[in-house]
Amino acid sequence: MPTPEPTGQGAITVEHLRPELTRELYRAMRTARDLDTEAIALQRQGVFPAYVSVRGQEAAQVGSASALDPTRDFVFPTYREMASALAYGVEMVAYMATHRALWHGGLHDVMESRFGAINAVVGGPVPHAVGWAVGERLRGGDGVAMAYFGDGASSEGDVHESMNFAGVFTAPVVFLCQNNQWALSVPNERQVAGGSVAARAEGYGMPGVLVDGNDVGAVYTATAEAVERARAGGGPTVIEALTYRVEPHSTSDDPSRYRDRADTDHWRTRDPLDLLRTAMIEAGHDDESHLATVDAEAAKRAEEIRDGVAETPEPDGSELFTHVFRETTEELARQHRTWQEEVEL
Amino acid sequence: MTELIEHTDAPADSRAVELSMQQAINRALRVLLEEDPDVLVFGEDVGALGGVFRVTDGLQKEFGDQRVFDTPLAESAIMGMAVGLAMNGWRPVPELQFDGFAYPAVDQIVNQVARMNYRTRGAAPMPITLRLPSFGGIQAPEHHGESLEALFAHTPGLKVVAPSDPAEAYSLLLQSVRSDDPVVYMEPKARYWDRRPVVLSEPTDPIGTSRIVRPGSHATLVAWGAMVHRCLQVAELAAEDGVDLEVLDLRWLKPIDAAGLAASVARTKRAVVVHEAPLTAGLGAEVATLITENCFRELAAPVQRVTGFDVPYPAGPLEPQYLPTIDRVLLAVQRTLEY
Repeated sequence: MPTPEPTGQGAITVEHLRPELTRELYRAMRTARDLDTEAIALQRQGVFPAYVSVRGQEAAQVGSASALDPTRDFVFPTYREMASALAYGVEMVAYMATHRALWHGGLHDVMESRFGAINAVVGGPVPHAVGWAVGERLRGGDGVAMAYFGDGASSEGDVHESMNFAGVFTAPVVFLCQNNQWALSVPNERQVAGGSVAARAEGYGMPGVLVDGNDVGAVYTATAEAVERARAGGGPTVIEALTYRVEPHSTSDDPSRYRDRADTDHWRTRDPLDLLRTAMIEAGHDDESHLATVDAEAAKRAEEIRDGVAETPEPDGSELFTHVFRETTEELARQHRTWQEEVEL
Repeated sequence: MTELIEHTDAPADSRAVELSMQQAINRALRVLLEEDPDVLVFGEDVGALGGVFRVTDGLQKEFGDQRVFDTPLAESAIMGMAVGLAMNGWRPVPELQFDGFAYPAVDQIVNQVARMNYRTRGAAPMPITLRLPSFGGIQAPEHHGESLEALFAHTPGLKVVAPSDPAEAYSLLLQSVRSDDPVVYMEPKARYWDRRPVVLSEPTDPIGTSRIVRPGSHATLVAWGAMVHRCLQVAELAAEDGVDLEVLDLRWLKPIDAAGLAASVARTKRAVVVHEAPLTAGLGAEVATLITENCFRELAAPVQRVTGFDVPYPAGPLEPQYLPTIDRVLLAVQRTLEY
C-alpha cells in the first residue's frame, strides 16, 4: 500500500540527511531554477521556439536523480527532466540544445551520460527502462533503470504494460511519477481514476510510495530506498512525487483558460527551493552567507549554460541523412545527393 | 491446385536437407543464438510452447530461459523492451505473434525503434529484428492475415524483408539479425509448411538485393513472400502456352532493389507486380514507379498491379477471392502482352 505522507502542506525537514548532501541538492536545485528562468527568457527572445518549464518540480527531479549512481544506473527521461539531467551530471549545454530545436532528443551522448534521449512520446520511454533493467539482470549487473513519467502518462497503456512487465520480470526499475497535477489542461481528478498512481503499484505486486514531491529529502530518501531494493534484486517500485507545475505546460500554453490562479499561488508558497533553504538553515546545514555564494555560483553556471546553448552551431543539413541507418541504403544516398544538388547549394 | 516444382536449387545437391520454412527459421535462430551471446529471442509463447507456429521450437530448452523467454501479452511493451535491451547492449529478436497485432506496437516500432539511432545521433543503435508472421492464405481469424509492408517500408529508419522459401528464410534471417539496423522480418505464414530439400547457406547478396527465381523473356512478375510461389505457378502455366515469364523475388521491401527491377524489366519490357496487401498506396505503386522511372523508354506496356482489394482482410471462404489468384495474374500478363 502507498505510504501516506504529507503532501502539499507545511514545512520540510532535512535533519535526516547529511549536510553535504543537502548542500549538493540545494546547489543543483538552485542551478536548475536559474537555468529554467534563463530558458524562459530565451524563449521570449526568440532563441528557443518553445520551452517546458520545470519550475516547482526541482525537488522531485533533483531528489530522485541524486539518489542514482550515474556510473551504473540509466535514466529514461521525458521532455521535462532538465533538473534531473543537471543533478545526474549530464552535459547541460548539449542537453538544452533540444529546447533550441537543434536536435530532437538533445545533443548529449546518451550512452556516455547514461541519460536517455529527451522523448516526446508521453509514456513511450517507460518500457525502455524495463527492457534496459531486464537486460541488466541478464548480464549480471546491478544497475537500476529510472523511468520518469507524469500524471498524464500514467493513463498511457505503455505505463501499465511496463509496470506489469517489471513485476513479472522482477526488473530493477524505479517508476518515478512526478504528479504535477496538470496534464497540460486536464487536472488529476479527470486523469487518475482512484486518485493515486502509487496505489496502482499494489496491483502489479510492487511497493507504491507517495511522497511530497516538494520535499527534496523525502523524494531522495524514497528513491534511495527503491534503488537499494532494486539493486539487491528486490524488483521495481512506483514512487509518486506529488508536486505542482507552477508554470504553463509550455511557453505556448495559457493556463488562465483552465485553472485558478489561487491554486497556483498556493503552490508558489510551497516553493521547493524556499522550503529546502529554510530547512537547511534550521538544521544548521548551511548559513545565509554561504547560501548566497552558492546562489551566485548557480546563477553564473546557468548563464554559462545559456550562453553555450545560444552559441551552439546549428547542425549541418547533411545530418538529415547521417544517422537514419547504421548502414545506409543506396536510395538514401541518392536522396542525399539530391539534397546536395537541390537544397544545399 | 497442382504443386509445381520450383527452380531455386540444383536437383541433387548433397548438402541439401529437407526442411520446412518454419524449421529453416528455427535453424537460423539456433545459429544466431549460438554465434552471438547477445542475441535474445522473446515474445508471446515463444518459450515452452515454441511459438504458435513452432518456429522457436526447442530453443528455450537448448539455450535456456534467459536467452529465449516468454513475455506477458502486450505488443507495445515487447517492442519497448527491445529498445531498452538494445540500449543495454543486447541484440533483440522479438516476435509479435501475428501481423495484425503489430498495430498496438506501432508507436514503439515507428516512434522509438526506427528513430532511436537517429535521435541519439548514432549513440544508441537498434540492432533489433522483429519477427512478424505475416500475410494471409491460412484461413485464420480476423487480424491474422494482414500485410503491413507498406507501413513499415514508409517508416524512415526501418528495413523490411519478406522471404519466399526455406533457404531464403534462413539466410535472410541471419542477415537481418546480424545487421545493426532494425529490420522487420515478415514471415509468410502460408509458406511455413513449404517443405523441400534446402541448402542452408550464409547470406551472400547485400541487403536490398532481389533475386531472379525464374528467368524469362516476355514479362517480369515481381513478388515477395508467398506471392513468389504464386507467380512461379503462373509462370509454369504460362509456359504451357509459350509465354516465358521471369519471376523476380524482391525479398527486401526496404531498401528496394531498383537496379535489379530495372535490369529485369529492361530485358522483358513488361512488368506485373503482385502483392497481397490492398491496392491503394500499396508497395506495388512504389515498384511500378521505380520501374517507370528507370525503364520508361523500354516499357512496352504500363506496369500492371495484381493485389488484394481495398477491403479489410476477409474471413476464410472469401480469402481465395481476395488474394491474387493464378487467373488474375494470368489476366494481367495477358493485358500487358496485348497492350
